[in-house]
Amino acid sequence: MRCDYCDNPAVVHETTVKNGVTKQVHLCEEHAREAGIVLPGQSSPQKIQQVLNQFVISKSAPGKRATKKSCPTCDMTFADFRHGSMLGCADCYETFEKELTPIIERSQNAGTHHVGKAPQRAGVSIDRQHQIRQLIKELDDAVAAEQYERAAALRDKLRTLEVSFPPTPANEPTET
Amino acid sequence: MRLNPDGPWTDANAPHGDVVLSSRVRLARNIAGFPFVSRTSTAQCHEILNLARQIVVNANLSDDLIWIDLEQTTEQERQLLVERHLISKNLAENVENRAAAILDHERLSIMVNEEDHLRMQALGPGLQIEPVFDRINQIDDLIESHIDYAFSSRWGYLTACPTNVGTGIRLSVMMHLPALKITGEIERVRRAAKELHLAVRGYYGEGSESAGDFYQISNQVTLGRTEADLRQHFRDAIIPQIIEYERQSRQMLCRRNGVLLDDRAHRALGILRSARLLGVEEAMKLLSRVRLGVCLERLDGIDQGVVNQLFLQVQPAHLRLLTDTELADDELREARANLVRHALGEH
Repeated sequence: MRCDYCDNPAVVHETTVKNGVTKQVHLCEEHAREAGIVLPGQSSPQKIQQVLNQFVISKSAPGKRATKKSCPTCDMTFADFRHGSMLGCADCYETFEKELTPIIERSQNAGTHHVGKAPQRAGVSIDRQHQIRQLIKELDDAVAAEQYERAAALRDKLRTLEVSFPPTPANEPTET
Repeated sequence: MRLNPDGPWTDANAPHGDVVLSSRVRLARNIAGFPFVSRTSTAQCHEILNLARQIVVNANLSDDLIWIDLEQTTEQERQLLVERHLISKNLAENVENRAAAILDHERLSIMVNEEDHLRMQALGPGLQIEPVFDRINQIDDLIESHIDYAFSSRWGYLTACPTNVGTGIRLSVMMHLPALKITGEIERVRRAAKELHLAVRGYYGEGSESAGDFYQISNQVTLGRTEADLRQHFRDAIIPQIIEYERQSRQMLCRRNGVLLDDRAHRALGILRSARLLGVEEAMKLLSRVRLGVCLERLDGIDQGVVNQLFLQVQPAHLRLLTDTELADDELREARANLVRHALGEH
């Protein structure tokens, strides 16, 4: 179980039921401390329930840590995802990109970008991006394996692909 | 709903059929413009269902397409589809606005509103990842020519669970590994599989035990590698190694204690040919021993294809279909024993 607010393991777990509504809070050491929860081995013991209540209240108050980012399309929060392991819609990937990236990298054996099939409708540019990414990966492998002839051929292929991009204002040659 | 009681993937002469029962390739896709299934309203779910039906039925995917609105089916019919691995347990349990299309004489199915809007899979007997992939890829292209999938250039095909994002592909093979189970080496396979980012599940999928010594091995990585790369690694490196490992273990068992193997196989066959009551777990366990004996040519007169089919036919919904009666649970054991005795040549 991970912390509701970051990717660290949760060490404090609390379930409260109020007016028939169940609320679960999972916190890592740092966020638990921030919420004023005293962990075993620390001084000044306080009642955990009292502190958790304060924390739940403080979460709804405005502030840097208190803001709950939600997906503008489906209204899902990252804590919702933590509890259900499912995202709400395609836009959640963009909304929670920062939070999802380390999780996806971990579950995908460090895979961070799609290099496979793309729908025809997504356009040729995506195919080209994939091709370039794949060639870069192959180039890295060739260099690591000291296959320099292969690496040179791959580099040439990459150049062909990159120069075949239509010029954009940013990379158009300027007259001096 | 009538389906052929013989499975579409029980052919004993399939490639590497001594160890691999079947191969499956599944693609997860979502339709752009709708929330993922867990976040859809009933109306949206209904809209997705209608859209999917319109596309799947009109896209000329196959000339033998059966469209099944799961709300219109009985629990037993759904159970039958689960036993044949055509739909998931999850889909069978949540039927509102759910559907499945069955094509290619049960070698292909498309689930609508499962975890993702569309989950399509192709199946084939033995180890044959390539033809199975080619067919499902063709279906994917045909569907994609009618709708926009949820897709991003960075993440690829966007799925409800990020563990499927990217290619959305799951390659899996159902392997019969009784020798690795006997020698205890299966635990090493499990550990190696974990390191290679593969999942090892039982006969009935996620959370199931290894009934009949069957293990379903599948990829877990779906992002950062091409479909071709994933297939090549799975088809040429991983699965052949496990096949070889199982075959070596079988030979080792024959050399070290052939009599013990013979005894297990003959005793199992004896029980299966004589029992009057048979539970599903016991049937699977004994059939596994018989299958091993047949594959090693230590049991004469038993067809491996018949044994492969029995693994399917001893399941409750199949028994009810075969006997064409509403059997109570306790009557199932008797029907199962009758079926097996008859199929294996009663003594």
